[in-house]
Amino acid sequence: MSESATTSTTSERGSASFTISDVTVNFGGIVALSEVTIDVAPNQVLGVIGPNGAGKTTLFNVACGFVQPNTGTLTWRGQELNRLRPHQLAGLGIGRTLQGLGLFDRMTVLENVLVGADRHAKAGFFAGLLGLSRSASEERRLRERAMEALKELDVAEYATQLPPSLPYPIRKRVAMARALVSDPDLLLLDEPASGLSGKEMAEMGELIRGLAQRMSVMLVEHHMDLVMSVCDRIAVLDFGKVIARGAPDEIREDPAVLSAYLGNEVHHVPEQAQAGS
Amino acid sequence: MQQFVTTALSGLTQGMIFAAFALALVLIWRSTRIVNFAQAPMAMITVYIALVIIDAGYSYWIGFAAALISGLLLGAVVERVAIRPVENKPHVNAVILTLGLFIVIHALAAVIFGSRYRSFPAPFGLSGFQVGDFTIALTGFGIFSILAVVVVMLLLVLLFRFTNVGLMMRASAFNQEVARLLGVRVSRMLTQGWALAALVGSLSGLLIAGGNLVHPSFMDSVVVFGFVAAVLGGLDSPIGAVVGGLILGISLSFVSGYIGSELVALAALLILMVVLLLRPGGLFSHTAERRV
Repeated sequence: MSESATTSTTSERGSASFTISDVTVNFGGIVALSEVTIDVAPNQVLGVIGPNGAGKTTLFNVACGFVQPNTGTLTWRGQELNRLRPHQLAGLGIGRTLQGLGLFDRMTVLENVLVGADRHAKAGFFAGLLGLSRSASEERRLRERAMEALKELDVAEYATQLPPSLPYPIRKRVAMARALVSDPDLLLLDEPASGLSGKEMAEMGELIRGLAQRMSVMLVEHHMDLVMSVCDRIAVLDFGKVIARGAPDEIREDPAVLSAYLGNEVHHVPEQAQAGS
Repeated sequence: MQQFVTTALSGLTQGMIFAAFALALVLIWRSTRIVNFAQAPMAMITVYIALVIIDAGYSYWIGFAAALISGLLLGAVVERVAIRPVENKPHVNAVILTLGLFIVIHALAAVIFGSRYRSFPAPFGLSGFQVGDFTIALTGFGIFSILAVVVVMLLLVLLFRFTNVGLMMRASAFNQEVARLLGVRVSRMLTQGWALAALVGSLSGLLIAGGNLVHPSFMDSVVVFGFVAAVLGGLDSPIGAVVGGLILGISLSFVSGYIGSELVALAALLILMVVLLLRPGGLFSHTAERRV
């Protein structure tokens, strides 16, 4: 997978590509991101990695619309996203999960997923009060879709339970189901591997690979194993800048990446570092 | 025995009304963390709107419906115009704003409707039923009050549990950021929450006014009792608000019936203190689960 493959697809208008270009974010005097350019091609899994404090979370928040960049643009299928509010992104087919999962503790698993189910939700209030917001069959269809998403992630049996009573890996799957139920074309995942055991992480990796059949995925992650095994392409952030990008194999051998991860003093002995990884 | 039944029944009626008002406070609190002190004068204004319509010769029910609808609209307008600009500021700003609204709406009502006492009609009888030898304290209007509050509560349960709008409103109340992320139009949900709350507040105003005298501050004591009821229930829980309202209404009725009506306000304070000492989060709080 090379640079040219992505550029050829991004040029097609309407293709499901997501571009963050020249994005700079300052918090007070601190530059969190500096001229970051990243793009995700259709059906591609892009991983963003970097040491702690590299700007991964800021980048994710920019992609989600929670942080407005000082300069630079976000483009999705040829449409500029900068002016859009976070709730509008869901309607454009962008699904997201958060590191903290953000499940509603006092709503059942099924209800949690239902909130994400209707990305074109036009919640007419007065009609809703009278129970006319949508036909019973449509309401049932939404429920079915939510159940399907839970089934896909093997958590359908927990549908009626409240999230706080469930183990973390199950909650994680519920959060994934909630992001997937709206059938997004682009999925943004924040630290999908955090808190998972080795086996669970392998399952998560398989799941993400499977998703790439029907959508593009951008994941922010510091767990190298997952990123290396799952991603088509990887962008490495350090001190708010992209210091490397390419296929996993290229990244593994990139001296700049090794020095960012292992410290400057070892930048001339990459062979050892590689053998150790 | 008769006095006991009488006291309990009038407490029940009173409690349902407190419950409705507490529910109005809770609906707003749980979605915005604001105690809406302006709820009382907002309800008062809508009661005056009903009174004007009824005095103009229309039926009680037209006035009743007009008050509820204007409550709904007033709630939405107050949220949009007054609360929205301070939404992202510290919550205390909004609370002080609602206190300001309290004063403004009061003054406006006095200017528009005058500050004299006016009597408000009731659609049902105001004298107790005769059972054998004694009169039961439950009046026709009292039964109507209880039923009206019960119906509104059931409708709210249906709305929140079984409709998509209700689901979105709950999601917005629990976690605005995540709800936004999932495509919920949170600010619209907040407006709707205020509208609903003001409607329920109007209902409690109409029920208090029925067969009584109204004037610009006739709801003022209710905001105190409604607030106590809401805090009893944990401020976060609609069911808690209802139970809190009932506990408060019935207890205060006994205090007033057996000890003395001058001690009612003191008793409310005492109940509040005892509950907060024993269960600081209120009777139905979920604060332990909440990670803020």
